[in-house]
Amino acid sequence: MRTPIQFTLNGEDVAVFAESGSNLLDVLRETVGDLTVKGGCWQGTCGVCTVLIDGAPRVACVTLAEACAGRSVETVAGLRRGPDLHPLQTAFMERFAAQCGYCTPGMLMAAKALLDRNPAPSREEVVDAIGGNICRCTGYEPIIEAILDASRSNSRRSA
Amino acid sequence: MTIAVKTFSRLGEAASALSSERGARFFGGGTILMRMVNEADPNVATIIRATDPAFTRISASSGRIELGAGVTMAAILADRELSFLHPVARAVGGPAIREAATVGGNLFAQNPYGDFATALLALDAIVTLAGGFGQREQPLEEFLASRERSGAILVTGVAFKRPAADAFRFTKVTRVRPKGISVLSIAAYLPMASGRISGARIAYGAMDRTPVRGKAAERALEGHALDASGVGPAVAVAADGTSPVDDAIASAWWRREILPVHLRRLLLGAGHV
Repeated sequence: MRTPIQFTLNGEDVAVFAESGSNLLDVLRETVGDLTVKGGCWQGTCGVCTVLIDGAPRVACVTLAEACAGRSVETVAGLRRGPDLHPLQTAFMERFAAQCGYCTPGMLMAAKALLDRNPAPSREEVVDAIGGNICRCTGYEPIIEAILDASRSNSRRSA
Repeated sequence: MTIAVKTFSRLGEAASALSSERGARFFGGGTILMRMVNEADPNVATIIRATDPAFTRISASSGRIELGAGVTMAAILADRELSFLHPVARAVGGPAIREAATVGGNLFAQNPYGDFATALLALDAIVTLAGGFGQREQPLEEFLASRERSGAILVTGVAFKRPAADAFRFTKVTRVRPKGISVLSIAAYLPMASGRISGARIAYGAMDRTPVRGKAAERALEGHALDASGVGPAVAVAADGTSPVDDAIASAWWRREILPVHLRRLLLGAGHV
């Protein structure tokens, strides 16, 4: 049984017919075709599928797609504006914060949720913000440093 | 298997649908139910949702605090009136999970999850239930003891008395920080009269199949001061009456061994989340 769902994805209206009871991750990847969202555990445990819904971080794999009707969904595909990378993406590159890269989309969105709400977070706040995202490569330090770098770059731009 | 999703604007209608449809499950925040769906659990045939504003309402301005069952951990963290519960809400998952995880869902979380339910047990919370019988209230302790047998009921909210300032304490012991599954958690409501404990309520998470009271420790604390000698008898009987299980996080033996250590720290004010 398919059900119609309309929402905004990275600022653009999307209307799809999705299998009733589907999770948002499967709808984004398999129905909409946004492959920047990765799937890991499908249990809400690893954070790799983190997206923003109305600006708040959510794990897409345990989010009911029907509950997203009329809401704004952001994925890593919407981070860059034209040729310009988002400051978080630049900082992740410069700090070598991605090794295998699988956790990176979720890390970026968790970090974006933090910086959108708190442009100058402390290190402790950064650690808490990515507390639901697992990385098995980096040991987290380059990721934490990259997010702090991006926050400093945000403050420089707004100064 | 195709799953139907039914959305109701009133909690009463959702409760009726839940109790009358075979394989119907209520959707709180999805962190438990969507895992079952993703695993193709054959027990989920219909997802019931409610958009009733009462489901997500917080009433915390008076001495009696009422939380709709759909109130999320993030909503609790955003409410200054509930600051005494912030360490508990922050102990549930990472930020993305806290945006979804609900008060009501936590009452159904399987051991070793359910840290928020542990706190509510120490606060002597009353649960409001709706089902084929209409609506009724039940002490959380009774609800937890019978939840596996209670069938298709809908928890619509919880209520409890606001604890006196500094009378509520919580600690969660994990192997991973900042987010980790409980080795155990302890919540304590410690009202004082003339410098001595009077009517303490202590609850443990991950020390049984559901959050449970530490009744032996409560009795041993009665009439004692919160100092090293006063808490000694309670610490000595901390694990009495508990039945922890072995799991991937810790063995039952380890949980019993460390419970007194962490109870002592909590009672003496050195607890941490």
